[in-house]
Amino acid sequence: MSKKPAQSLTLFLLLAPAILWLGLLIVLPHVEILVLSFSERVAPRVYAFGFGNYLEFFTEPLYWRTFARTATMSIIVTALTLVLAFPIALYIARVARGRLKAMLLLLCLLPFWVSELVRTLGWMMLLRETGVISYVLQAIGVTDQRIEFLYNDGAVILGLVYGGLLFMIVPLANALESLEPSVVEAGFDLGGSRWTVLRRIVIPHAMPGIVAGSIIVFMLTVGNFATPVLLGGKNGLWFTEQIYAQFITRFNWPQGAAFGMLLLVLSSAIVWAGLRLTGQSLGTTLKQA
Amino acid sequence: MLTKRASLKLATAFAALMIAGTAQAAEKLRLLTWADYVPKDVVEQFTKETGIEVEITLSNNEEMISKLRATQGAGFDLAQPSQDRISGPQAEFGIYKPLDLSKLKSDLFIASMLEATKKNTTVDGKVYGVPHIWGTDGLVVNTKAAPKVADYNDLCDQALAGKTSFRAKRPALIAFAFANGMDPFAAYGDAKAYTAMMEKVGAKLAECKKSVKFFWDGKDQLLNALRSGEVVAAMAWDTGGWKLNSESADIKFIAPKSGALGWVDTFAIPAKGRNDDAAYKWINFNMRPEIAAKVAASAGNFTASNGADKLMQGKLKDQFAESFPKAAIDNIKWYPAVPAGLEEIEGKILDRLKAGS
Amino acid sequence: MDLRSWDQSDAPFTEQRIVLRGKPGSLFRTMRWPGDASFWRTSMAHSTDLDLVNVTKRFGSHAAVNDVSFSVAPGEFFSILGPSGCGKTTLMRMIAGFEHPTYGDIRIRGRSMIGVPANKRPVNMVFQSLALFPMMSVGENVAYGLTCRGVSRAEAEGRANRMLERVGLKGFGDRRVTALSGGQRQRVAIARCLVLEPTLVLLDEPLGALDLKLREHMKIELKQLQATFNTTFAYITHDQSEALVMSDRIAVMNQGQFEQVGSPRELYHNPVTPFVASFVGETNKWHGEAAFTSNGSVAVRLPSGTVIQGQGKMADKATLAFVRPEAIALAQDSSALSGLPNKFEGRVSAVLFDGANSSLLIDTAGFDQPVRAVLPQAGPLAGLTVGAPIHVGWTADAMKVFAA
Repeated sequence: MSKKPAQSLTLFLLLAPAILWLGLLIVLPHVEILVLSFSERVAPRVYAFGFGNYLEFFTEPLYWRTFARTATMSIIVTALTLVLAFPIALYIARVARGRLKAMLLLLCLLPFWVSELVRTLGWMMLLRETGVISYVLQAIGVTDQRIEFLYNDGAVILGLVYGGLLFMIVPLANALESLEPSVVEAGFDLGGSRWTVLRRIVIPHAMPGIVAGSIIVFMLTVGNFATPVLLGGKNGLWFTEQIYAQFITRFNWPQGAAFGMLLLVLSSAIVWAGLRLTGQSLGTTLKQA
Repeated sequence: MLTKRASLKLATAFAALMIAGTAQAAEKLRLLTWADYVPKDVVEQFTKETGIEVEITLSNNEEMISKLRATQGAGFDLAQPSQDRISGPQAEFGIYKPLDLSKLKSDLFIASMLEATKKNTTVDGKVYGVPHIWGTDGLVVNTKAAPKVADYNDLCDQALAGKTSFRAKRPALIAFAFANGMDPFAAYGDAKAYTAMMEKVGAKLAECKKSVKFFWDGKDQLLNALRSGEVVAAMAWDTGGWKLNSESADIKFIAPKSGALGWVDTFAIPAKGRNDDAAYKWINFNMRPEIAAKVAASAGNFTASNGADKLMQGKLKDQFAESFPKAAIDNIKWYPAVPAGLEEIEGKILDRLKAGS
Repeated sequence: MDLRSWDQSDAPFTEQRIVLRGKPGSLFRTMRWPGDASFWRTSMAHSTDLDLVNVTKRFGSHAAVNDVSFSVAPGEFFSILGPSGCGKTTLMRMIAGFEHPTYGDIRIRGRSMIGVPANKRPVNMVFQSLALFPMMSVGENVAYGLTCRGVSRAEAEGRANRMLERVGLKGFGDRRVTALSGGQRQRVAIARCLVLEPTLVLLDEPLGALDLKLREHMKIELKQLQATFNTTFAYITHDQSEALVMSDRIAVMNQGQFEQVGSPRELYHNPVTPFVASFVGETNKWHGEAAFTSNGSVAVRLPSGTVIQGQGKMADKATLAFVRPEAIALAQDSSALSGLPNKFEGRVSAVLFDGANSSLLIDTAGFDQPVRAVLPQAGPLAGLTVGAPIHVGWTADAMKVFAA
């Protein structure tokens, strides 16, 4: 079927605002960052083209180690979020009905009505040495000394999992909702145990939701800034902190830009590898999520 | 770069649109400054006298420079960077415009401080900054819990493990360099020597990290930790120490043996400021002794205004006297101007410090 | 089969029920010799595959299933027929193990299923939606149940392929279930159950989603499959034609209770309740009053005053009279109907042509609704058109009368 020119022009005009919008907001800044990342400072106000900023990442162990650490922790956070979100999503999608369901979803959404910063500060109040949890533990006699729960990797993971939960629950619940109840019943009816039904029917069905949720949570986690900075210890540097440091405290924009591009490319590569490993394609995931 | 130019044009057009909408409104001064430097009553009085409204953005040294760099000096009419952070960024990014000293009433300033600041902020024979508020970095110590702390190195004491703190920023590097018998200011001009020195300091700090509870970031975070006793000794600004001292006599600001670090925050006009007249008016207004005294009380620091000290309340004076005996004042290490590129060297040391385990 | 486990679980065998509605000869098969172990291997332990004893299921105060008892003999095709909401689905789900009876017992080969979870029951279900596993291939769907039982993957695959062959889907093992036609999916759903050699296969209106032509075809195919595998089928449907065509016996269910259980013929020709009479098959239905009763014959006076003669036990109150369309005799002159107790004159008001199922609506004096009769396929009456005068009549035996 060939389209008439007038038709394609109309289509173009209809799409133009969206394309312009996407172009201005997404493509253009990235192009700028990309161009910036290839400039090296020669002298004050003099810059030259070069790959030095990228080389710096691979030659200075500090930087790629920080990235590796960030990526590893993000994968752990994603896995933990998935494990925690699955039963919740299962409950929302399969058990809860009507008002209870709406209320549960609202409950998941509620923390997101306050900013990430406030949420993180909330965790700080709970976890700090003179915070609520330490106080309660002392009050009920579990310990006679104050305990510091803050400023370590555990606190960072906790905060990030908390922040990622909603973004995992929603696509999961969506995917699980479309699972016909009779298919699950058939799984039991033909002799499957709970575990078999979960492993062979529920999880494969929810796979697009699992993949979508995991991608979202992973990307949000890798790119998070406030949570690792505030909850993290003196030993944990998140890669975004490196980017921030390059831009803000070091005034080294080209280096920061290169780090930004590397974060984008490397985390996309991890997502791609994850998709390949689980045999999922991005297309079907996006369609079903 | 076509894309850059095109996008700049777009941005300018957009900005022009925005301005067109607001141009008819009252005259405005867009001020980029520190927390506590602009008490509400001072702003109200200024607006009453001049009819100029003040729009305040709170920031710190690094962010001020970054913000102005991003816009090449636009977006604000007046900024307040520290005196040592003007000449370097100016040489590198050209984000300020030279001051017209004839528009300033120089007799409102403490003469020696004005001269020193002018000298430090001169690039290519032009002056870019005049002093406003000054203070020091030293030690805030809970003298009951940590009576032995007298110098920066004492923050690394094993006996205080997990109960000390400092900022993982350049003042910590400078301070620990002095505390360990080095003179970083003398090495400012020699990148190689400075790098070697910073690496030594970095190693020292890495070892010290075992005693550190966290690298503090916001002032309130540190003050809360000191109040609750989670932290008993920290490297911090004098003003925070005195604030806590007013609440609890045990907590004191101590000028370290190797010397407190003296800083001066200035007034500087961004390269693309649109309301220089208002900026000069604000500077002259702020340097009036009675206004300067109010600002100093709000900030908990001292002012470069000539005669304001006589109007200051007794408490801060007493606290200053207790923290700074005569010898300690003479021992204050005033930051010289930071040459461009120094942050690069320091940054890597600090990154390693934060990342390493 | 592990004999010892059967001995333990087979407690009810001392209180063997007598099957009231089983096939002829079933009583004989209830005789047993418990001391002879070889008996268990060579013969069925029980004459029934399924027994429901006073089963009641309440949801709140509503009784979805109300005190239902019945038995199904081995190899029988048993249908439960009823309108939607009559409780038949709840009944089936209780047998499958997805619902639990409030009272009563469900026994499969004499073994109580109370407390036995769905995945441990020797019962498999073909769902209304078929509920094939879309994430698995056809072969995996069929092999699923086997692997759940711990059969090795290779053997499960072999058995699944043999089963697919038997249901006419040879070589379909690797296809996606989404790539199958409606009828093929149907067969996969049944193969998936049959491969497990269950005591009982439950079918929950599995033909509902098919188009008419395929449904007609699948009715026959299902019946043949059942005969080939000689497996007991319990089939629920609201479609009387499905039930009549396939079943050995049918239970008509209404409002949580069984109205009548019997062979399709019994139900059709000798309904015992007005509900059965009107639900099973086409029928004429008239309201009236019992005017005269004697010896099983009843005269019914219609509101118009017309009196018609029928068979029934009911007396003196409001009554319902039913006559099948095919029991209505038609004639062009009344003399041909002489000897019939009920004969009337009318005029054709509509011809509903539907091939072999064609019928006539006849406006008849004394009846507030047109009388429905079968359109003769041959002879002088085959060409009847609207407006034609006609005489109708039926025997008293053909008219069933019940209390309203």
